[in-house]
Amino acid sequence: MNAVYLAQDPTLADFGKDPWWLVLIKVVFAFGVAVMATLLGVWFERRVVGRMAVRPGPNQAGPFGLLQTLADGLKMAFKEDILPKAADKVVFFFAPTISVICAVTALSVVPFGPMVSIFGHQTPLQVTDVPVAVLVLLACSSMGIYGIVLGGWASGSTYPLLGGLRSTAQMISYEVAMGLSIVAVFMTAGTMSTSGIVAAQGDATRLTIAGMEVPAPGWYAILLLPSFIIFFISTVGETNRAPFDLPEAESELVAGYMTEYSSLKFALYMLSEYVAMVTMSAVTTTLFLGGWRAPWPITLWEGANSGWWPMLWFFGKVIALVFVFVWLRGTLPRLRYDQFMRFGWKVLLPINLVWILVLAGLRSIEDWQTKDRLLVTGVAAGVLLLATLLWPSRGKAPKPSPQEKADSRPHGSFPLPPMDLQVPPSPRTKRVVAEREPANVAAGSDSREV
Amino acid sequence: MTTQTVLAAAGGVSGGEEVTFWILAPLALIGAIGMVVARNAVHSALWLVLTMLCLGVFYVLQAGPFIGMVQIIVYTGAIMMLFLFVLMLVGRDSSDSLIETLRGQRVAAVLLGVGFAGLVGGGLYRALDGVPAVGLEQANAEGNVQGIARLLFTKYVFAFELTSALLITAAVGAMVLAHVERRKADKMDQVATMKARFAPGNYPGPKPGPGVFATSSSVATPARLPDGRLSERSIPEILPVRELTAEETSLKGTDQ
Repeated sequence: MNAVYLAQDPTLADFGKDPWWLVLIKVVFAFGVAVMATLLGVWFERRVVGRMAVRPGPNQAGPFGLLQTLADGLKMAFKEDILPKAADKVVFFFAPTISVICAVTALSVVPFGPMVSIFGHQTPLQVTDVPVAVLVLLACSSMGIYGIVLGGWASGSTYPLLGGLRSTAQMISYEVAMGLSIVAVFMTAGTMSTSGIVAAQGDATRLTIAGMEVPAPGWYAILLLPSFIIFFISTVGETNRAPFDLPEAESELVAGYMTEYSSLKFALYMLSEYVAMVTMSAVTTTLFLGGWRAPWPITLWEGANSGWWPMLWFFGKVIALVFVFVWLRGTLPRLRYDQFMRFGWKVLLPINLVWILVLAGLRSIEDWQTKDRLLVTGVAAGVLLLATLLWPSRGKAPKPSPQEKADSRPHGSFPLPPMDLQVPPSPRTKRVVAEREPANVAAGSDSREV
Repeated sequence: MTTQTVLAAAGGVSGGEEVTFWILAPLALIGAIGMVVARNAVHSALWLVLTMLCLGVFYVLQAGPFIGMVQIIVYTGAIMMLFLFVLMLVGRDSSDSLIETLRGQRVAAVLLGVGFAGLVGGGLYRALDGVPAVGLEQANAEGNVQGIARLLFTKYVFAFELTSALLITAAVGAMVLAHVERRKADKMDQVATMKARFAPGNYPGPKPGPGVFATSSSVATPARLPDGRLSERSIPEILPVRELTAEETSLKGTDQ
């Protein structure tokens, strides 16, 4: 059974053999995925956020409001294209296209499925794969920053420039955390090609528990949980999505780098943002969630991982991740810039480094005897435990009482009332009550009210 | 083993490789020339980005995909980005002026530059003409990335570690030079500010405006406190406290 699955796994040798028309079909398909992702992604986001805010969201254009984005896009295309006077014309024009091209190119190394037969050709459902495919993804995302930065700079205006500079710092910082979490994947999978990583997550090791053979989970999201969490957080930072959408923080920067953009150029930025979100979800799926492989209960069915079915699992996972993106946006408030930077450099990065060190240690004792392995791990864990227990902690100074605080104030401070001040009941209030005549005497039965 | 590796190892040039080269080589040259010629610093940096991207693709063509991608990620994506960052902070109007401060410097620079390029190009051409490429097959035998990793972590591990130590030292040094350390005591939070405001000896109310209860509305005229004293807090520290003379306060006779 397993052998059948493995035969479906494309290897690097399976790429580069397609006729030109097949390559064209695949490229157009990947591009179509990107554009459809934007059209449906905007709708999806607005509907989901609407639901979270207890309102319907777009529901007028087409069934369930599905055509809303199309209408918005058409409207945007017919708007006036404004070129600011102070803009650098050439760069202003090229910046949004750089963003889009980089976001779409990244999809070319994402595996959508295993080997399938298209018009009689056995071919992998992936535009192409190279030995350094994951680095291609990183390169695309790092080149994509240029679109934002140049757009901000070329506008010749202050808010866009600030937004652009923010995004530079932000994306470069979070790219470091992202790259480091991918290192753990490389170490475990032993390859940088995306199809190879998906294949590596498929052949799960089998544990023998109480005489029963149980396939251990092969997804790196489970095996490398810290890497997965850090990677996903970094992708949110990398795609400029809430709560990390500082480059376009509308409460401070109007719309950040795209303040001066209008019409189709603005639409291109929108496109690149949503394509980047989908691409990042697809990459997360590929690297950590088993790519196109079916999740556990479905794998009981033998044909789950062959033919065209895996594409369904793949897009299911991608949509689930996009939902998480939207969920984050609907839930979390935007971070302040310094909090955001501190989080990236002082939390994500150190945790990542320590985790890689631990992982490398575990990998290097993998071949040892079980006894030795347990001994080494136990000693390390014990030392760590002792260190945390015996770490000298700074004792908290006892809190001074209010009287002590009042006494310690320097001479000449603002006068304070005595701490034990009892406000005596005013004699005047009593007198007023006593002297008041009973009201409504003549009103009859309701005379209880005084 | 990709087909590219095989072809490059055999010393042959495939059609695709040739086409890519002849498209990207002029682009790389245009980028290099544009970088020198462009007058705007940001445009200059962008031309350089173009050249670097072309170089990255060339590395990939030469069966070195790892170095090609690293070139794009590190040089184009990070280093040039930081360059741009600095250039943008400097300001977008900082174009080069065309005035020559040294007479004939531009012509001399062009001549020397072309001469140097010719020397290097000629030397390389004569040295490498007809030399077959060998060893690529062996170097990439277990995969390009694995081959580089093996060399870096065995034969060149010392050089590798030294380089990283050097880089770390440079980064830490730059931070030490540029970082202004503010001690915790110097930072005033809201509570501390309020405490200082109501501490004895400090008047918590707003400062009196200059010229209040005074004979002149000049900013140099200090306010008068209710007991008749002059308040030094009402005027900027650089101005001396003084009362105007009778001559100064009397009417000038200009508003007749």
